[in-house]
Amino acid sequence: MEPSWINAIFGGIVIGVAASAFLLLEGRILGVSGITGRISELNKGDTMWRVLFVMGSIVGGYLAAQIWTENFTNIMEGSNYTSLAIAGLLVGFGTKMGSGCTSGHGVCGIGRLSPRSLMATLTFMFFGVVTVYIFGR
Amino acid sequence: MHLNIVAFVIGIIFSLGLGWSGMTDPARVLGFLDITGAWDPSLMFVMASAIPVYMVTWQFVKGRQKPLLETKLHVPTKKNLDKRLIVGSAIFGIGWGVAGICPGPALASVGALSAGAVIFVVCYFVGAKLEGFTNAN
Repeated sequence: MEPSWINAIFGGIVIGVAASAFLLLEGRILGVSGITGRISELNKGDTMWRVLFVMGSIVGGYLAAQIWTENFTNIMEGSNYTSLAIAGLLVGFGTKMGSGCTSGHGVCGIGRLSPRSLMATLTFMFFGVVTVYIFGR
Repeated sequence: MHLNIVAFVIGIIFSLGLGWSGMTDPARVLGFLDITGAWDPSLMFVMASAIPVYMVTWQFVKGRQKPLLETKLHVPTKKNLDKRLIVGSAIFGIGWGVAGICPGPALASVGALSAGAVIFVVCYFVGAKLEGFTNAN
């Protein structure tokens, strides 16, 4: 098995290629919260592609779990459903309010040298660090 | 029509990248955020490799001002660092630090058939919907 940082580099390149392809082909940002945040609005002509992106991500996750099973072991065994529920609420609320998450701000936004995305990324990283510092892993 | 197909395929590739990179492992994410403890910097390489790939694509697409399959770009144009960006990103960061999961890896982990990820994603959509009520303007 390769060291984790090598997998991180290869995975990062694939993430960069996927985001690049979406920009190049459709002119859109591959931001998961941006894509999913408007699904429930059910705007005509603007919902199906968002649903299909989610379905593709789920299919891709299924495939990835067959190949890099070790990277899914912890989430498979994660059984603290209360903290997962609280985290889900906070992440859904926060990414909608802040217009983006790790993919949209952290990769695409910083890649476009957007000051808003740089600010957002520094902010969620800082608060992530503080939260882990206070509550532990 | 092309947007639907592209979104589905990009979703698959993106999730494969996330699974390969290790971003789907909450323990690794929390280790990355634990900079004052036993810091695991390996996930830094995900952004360090994804961002440069995207930067090159952005320079090319920005010069053309036109994606390959669409007539115009759909990229954010906001410039101001407003309160919603900062507060939202802070709330997201806290949620990220609670469980070590952000939206993309959550979808990938649903594909891996993780019950915890399903709970996270359901609450994520509830949180995003609730945020909509705070932003009624």
